[in-house]
Amino acid sequence: MIRAAHRQPGFLAALLHRLSGLALAIFLPAHFIALGLALNGADALDSFLAVTRHPVAKLAEWALVIALATHMALGLRVLAIEFLPWRDRTAATVSACLGAALMVGLLFLLNAA
Amino acid sequence: MTAAMANEASAPLLDVEVWRGAAAGSFQTFRVPRRVNQTVLDVVSEIQRDQDPTLAYRFACRVGMCGSCAMVVNGRPRWTCRTRVALALGGAALLRLEPLRNFAVVKDLAVEMTDFFDKWRDAKGHFEPGPSPSEGFAVVPPASAQRQAADAGIECIGCGICHSACDVVAWDREYLGPAALNRAWTLLNDVRDRGNAARIAAVSAGSGCHLCHTHMSCTQFCPKGLAPTYAIAGLKRATVARALRRTR
Amino acid sequence: MSAALFIAQRLSAAVLALAVSVHLATIIYAARAGMSAADVLARTHGSFRFLALYAIFVLAVAVHAPIGLRNVLREWTTWRGRSLDIALGLFALLLLVLGLRAALAVFL
Repeated sequence: MIRAAHRQPGFLAALLHRLSGLALAIFLPAHFIALGLALNGADALDSFLAVTRHPVAKLAEWALVIALATHMALGLRVLAIEFLPWRDRTAATVSACLGAALMVGLLFLLNAA
Repeated sequence: MTAAMANEASAPLLDVEVWRGAAAGSFQTFRVPRRVNQTVLDVVSEIQRDQDPTLAYRFACRVGMCGSCAMVVNGRPRWTCRTRVALALGGAALLRLEPLRNFAVVKDLAVEMTDFFDKWRDAKGHFEPGPSPSEGFAVVPPASAQRQAADAGIECIGCGICHSACDVVAWDREYLGPAALNRAWTLLNDVRDRGNAARIAAVSAGSGCHLCHTHMSCTQFCPKGLAPTYAIAGLKRATVARALRRTR
Repeated sequence: MSAALFIAQRLSAAVLALAVSVHLATIIYAARAGMSAADVLARTHGSFRFLALYAIFVLAVAVHAPIGLRNVLREWTTWRGRSLDIALGLFALLLLVLGLRAALAVFL
């Protein structure tokens, strides 16, 4: 049940921005640790990366790419409102941000499958 | 039975859930006849006059000038005098009336406004003439950028709807809120004002303008069509400019 | 959030806008070319350019993420005050250390 006063695009934008940021903040340490495996040579990294060929892992990867693209696109909206004379037509802008993020996700999906 | 009474008797009825109590309480359901062009203020007034005189609510001008009648109608903060029942219902079956969110409830639909105006004061939302009277009249070209920025937010009448709509106010009780910050921005752009150093410091405090996350609920619901979001963005820029000047 | 934290947050955001764009483009390019870990590492080994880019990336992240998290925790939980700031300072340090280690890992 979403509060009636929340059914407006600015709130959706802020919520998605926040949730994607949280997801990224949780994921990043794991990402850094995984990359750090390269210290033990390419083989160590490869054997770890073998796990990532699993479809669930592929889905998670795609979700993270979308999270990153979404967080950046909506973040750019915030920067535009705060530092440029951007009189936000909120619904249109938020739609454009999410559309761009999904485009990036789609690009990734088409190339990574 | 007269024709009017017969009409009234067969008129469709409207179910209205009204908050009774203070912080603790419950909803009480009333029934009023539906009428053409009925406003929510019409409804709550009819309930109080004809059905339950103990119901507490506020109104004054009843023509959309004073902002006293603000409350939450079917989840949205509105002026009841300017809200047609038909519009407020949308597709819903009943009307639900609650006091403004983020305010302490005095009784039923009437809220305590003190904290709201305290934040106005804390944000330095008042004109500061300075230590000595100015010589002659200030020249303020209406088309100047600063005056236009002030004019964009000057019509605020302190009704509290933006404060009610704001999620950050709900999440952080210390947050100054869109109304106080919007007023601070109009004064920041008032070339006659001498208090801007203190004002920028006041809105740079821990729970100042930087907490705004551009949900834009304030702008969405302001009945005067103001945009506190952009006023707050202006304050953010002003605080950055000040910080950069200090590090020079 | 004070003015200082706000500036740090927005500044790091601007840096990340560039870094993330490059990173996303790189990911998609690598995925498209079907590169393996060894292929990727071959590009990053000994490349000062990649090291510099990722070091800046890590620094910006270590500033941006904890400040963002601070807002979320202060607003959505009852945790605030000194202990929160210290915990987030440690998180920033963690990101910095792990991140620079990872950048070095693909460089060396």
